[in-house]
Amino acid sequence: MNQQGVLQEVRQAVRWSADQVLALAPDAASRKAGSRLGASSGSWSEAGWSDGSGAVWGLCSGSGGKPYRTVVDTAGVAYKCSCPSRKFPCKHALGLLLLWAAADEAVKDTPTPPEWAGEWIQGRRADRPEDRSAGGPGSGPGKAVDPEAARRRAERRAERVTAGATELEQRLDDLLRRGLAGAEQAGYALWEETAARMVDAQAPGLASRVRELSAIPSSGQGWPVRLLEECAMLHLLDRAWLGRELLPEALATTVRTRVGLPVSAEGPPVRDRWLVLSQQDSADGKLTTRRIWLHGSRSGRTAQLLDFGAAGRAPGVALPVGLTLDADLMPYPGSGQLRAALGERFGPPGRSDGPPEGISTGAALRAYGQALRDDPWLGSWPATLSSVIPVPGAGGSSGWQLADAEGESALPIASDASARTGLWKLTALSGGSPVTVFGECGHRGFTPLTAWTPGTAEAVPLT
Amino acid sequence: MTSTRTAAWQELVTSALLGTDRRPPPTGDLPLLDAAALHTVRRRAGLLPAAAAAPPSPAPDDPRPEPPEPARRRLAQLLADRPGPPGSGGRRGAAPDLTELLPQWLAAALRHGYRAPASQLDALLDAARARTDLRPHALAFAGARGLWLARLNPDWKFALRSTSGGGALPAPTATEAVQGLWEEGLFVERVALLTSVRAHSPAAGIALLATTWTRERAEDRLMFLDSLRTGLTDGDEPFLERALADRSRNVRSTAAELLSALPTSALAGRMADRAMTCVSLDLSVDQVRISVEAPHECDAAMQRDGVSAVPPAGRGERSWWLGQLVEATPLGVWTTRLRGRTPDRIVTLPVADGWAEELHAAWRRAAVRQRDPEWSRALLSGPGTTSLAERSELLAALPDDERARWIAEFIAGHGLSEAFQLLAVCDVPWAEPLGRAVVDALEIARDAGSYPWSFSGVMGLAERCLDPTEAPRLEILTALPDETERASPGAGGYWSEAFQRLVSTLKLRAAMAAELAGELAEELTGEARLAEAMEPTA
Repeated sequence: MNQQGVLQEVRQAVRWSADQVLALAPDAASRKAGSRLGASSGSWSEAGWSDGSGAVWGLCSGSGGKPYRTVVDTAGVAYKCSCPSRKFPCKHALGLLLLWAAADEAVKDTPTPPEWAGEWIQGRRADRPEDRSAGGPGSGPGKAVDPEAARRRAERRAERVTAGATELEQRLDDLLRRGLAGAEQAGYALWEETAARMVDAQAPGLASRVRELSAIPSSGQGWPVRLLEECAMLHLLDRAWLGRELLPEALATTVRTRVGLPVSAEGPPVRDRWLVLSQQDSADGKLTTRRIWLHGSRSGRTAQLLDFGAAGRAPGVALPVGLTLDADLMPYPGSGQLRAALGERFGPPGRSDGPPEGISTGAALRAYGQALRDDPWLGSWPATLSSVIPVPGAGGSSGWQLADAEGESALPIASDASARTGLWKLTALSGGSPVTVFGECGHRGFTPLTAWTPGTAEAVPLT
Repeated sequence: MTSTRTAAWQELVTSALLGTDRRPPPTGDLPLLDAAALHTVRRRAGLLPAAAAAPPSPAPDDPRPEPPEPARRRLAQLLADRPGPPGSGGRRGAAPDLTELLPQWLAAALRHGYRAPASQLDALLDAARARTDLRPHALAFAGARGLWLARLNPDWKFALRSTSGGGALPAPTATEAVQGLWEEGLFVERVALLTSVRAHSPAAGIALLATTWTRERAEDRLMFLDSLRTGLTDGDEPFLERALADRSRNVRSTAAELLSALPTSALAGRMADRAMTCVSLDLSVDQVRISVEAPHECDAAMQRDGVSAVPPAGRGERSWWLGQLVEATPLGVWTTRLRGRTPDRIVTLPVADGWAEELHAAWRRAAVRQRDPEWSRALLSGPGTTSLAERSELLAALPDDERARWIAEFIAGHGLSEAFQLLAVCDVPWAEPLGRAVVDALEIARDAGSYPWSFSGVMGLAERCLDPTEAPRLEILTALPDETERASPGAGGYWSEAFQRLVSTLKLRAAMAAELAGELAEELTGEARLAEAMEPTA
């Protein structure tokens, strides 16, 4: 596709809100530094944006003599800055976006970007078809690879995972013979060593489940039940792996995914207007995992994008919550899997018409229950609840519920979510009246991620 | 069926805890983990909603509109900028300090009559929790919904303790509801209620207070009495007269103080009579002067009128009593007593026997208490040393423009080093002559070659208080000045940075004002936006 073609397809760009911009910040320090740079145009010159290309650019004077060149592609959401910061996006990109979001007059509406910004944008547009064919980090680079060698490598890895799963079964069996009560005293060391063995066995999915076990004995009342449940689910996964030849193909793929083998998005692309339902980051050691939920307004499908960022870098993909994206998604294989990879995007994000149609608390639990048939290891399932009210429990911030506005039913709010500030934002939005809430519903309760008040299309992120 | 399953699950858990070696599982054919997995998936797949707890009563309606979209974005940005760690101050760079603009944004939003967007209430309460200076405005802006929310989170208890007009008060005329809340409300609610009823009808407020007066605790009586200070009228006199006989000494003296601020009150008259006998004009000497004969005793009647008999350590009894009498005397009587002389002539009269300082100090306190502009003006420019604190108190009684002019002249004459305290009592934005005087003085300080951080206090005030229309005129100061010989090394660069911050802060304030006024930023060019923001709201 030539440059002209791209430009014609791009729809009217929508300014983001300050919240949406700040959500991109990799950490609190960047957020703060970015806010300051974006509070006024004092440090900026030659700033501009072009509706057509989705680009925002500007020169930011730093402490040195030469100003930094900052460009943001709001259509693809990518950043480039000549500053030496290793943070991503850097404070300059954040500040520039804030200035643009606030419609500051210093960011002038200009049909063509200056050369230095335009080159980069054009380069990105030209790259895009390659992005699509690249598939994802898991897939090999294609032609250069000898298929026979790849098959042998996959076989060797499967053997190692099998050895790991067998060893894990043995360890679980030992644990149960001696009793879980001993696990309380054994502490983290027991699990750390087992997890390390699973890493050696190239089964990262097993390793992370083992690590999660280590936190359960200190998780308060009822821990033996939770530990037994999770040990049982881990055992089920081992068994499923060891007997994967007997499973239906889709379930076998799910098991491979759960164990941690690379699987690439290979489904036919689904083009839709995807509403960005939520975006949340979780940090695990040095790795930041970003999970984005999308809802297709035409297909009614819900899909999840995953992206990762290492060591102080925010993940590369950032989508503003509440906006709609005209794009292709490529689903990942496996039963009960909602994960997809982002394909070609047809223009910058646009406004949405509001939340998807919601369901009741009972229906959300039923949907989770049904999803377990395809993937019994699912901890939760996405759901939009319509007309629910946050109800406080007896003891402070613990024990909150989301109750159906009509009727007697309620879902407990997951306790880790109760501790987060999102709960208070949600309660403030509700004011004791019904709201629409998107979140994840599972056996640990409901984790609210985004809320809408009646009569508005504006999505308020709770993360 | 369910109970058998529950029992079977309990057995499994017990075996798992104790160990299958000691307690073999009762599951028959299935190994323990298989049985547990089956049970777990079955339980998760069959989860049912819980019974709903009683929902909270809905938050009261807030009829105020939300701020326009651009203003809401700005608020989110201001709230996201949390203050840095203490001690990180000093040189602050060229970017505006958003933390300092939040109070101004809140005050402006309240003037426009907006309510806080619900999605910002949590951040607003957190900010108010961290900064007590924000509380009154933040809580008023958060309104009834903010208080509703604060009741649910123990971290925001402060909001329920703080005084705030934001709560849902009954209409002043809803007699029954008013009496109900007055009888049963929290102390803060009762203070707010009294203020609201008094604003509607002072007499009704006093009547409300009288219904429970004798049952109130002494500290509450004192606080209620203190709240009468705002909007004090002659109609309050009978109530205050009765309070002069209160059991509590603090209540008595506060009542006396309030009565003395009412020039026509009987107490003010009694105090005037006493003061008259002490102060007179001495015509027997070449140059006319004031002679003073301080009281010889503090009798029971004086004490009942609030005069405190025992002086603080180091002060003479008689001068202590004299000061209190003059302070509580309506200032108007002195013109009659001193043969038609106006205040500015009175303060220049010599005073016999070294009483001048005592007498002038008492007049100053009286001028502040009675908010008398003519006397304040006379005392400000009259002889005698007056501290900056006293000056700023006297200035508060002057009309806005006169106060600004006075301080502008003071700065022109004395420079900035002493101006800080005086600037704090000026209206924002500063009137033009005052702003010019401050900017001129800053420029002089820069040219003198010192570092800008000696003036960071005034600079910070200027960022918050200078009229945003000054921004274009200030642009020229952001240029890097030539380094002169007497200048401190690198000072020019720091000054340029400080002025840059001043200019960008002023522009930001102009933008904030325009956003709150609901003007669409996109439609206006820079200059036009500035100009529009400056338009006085008619």
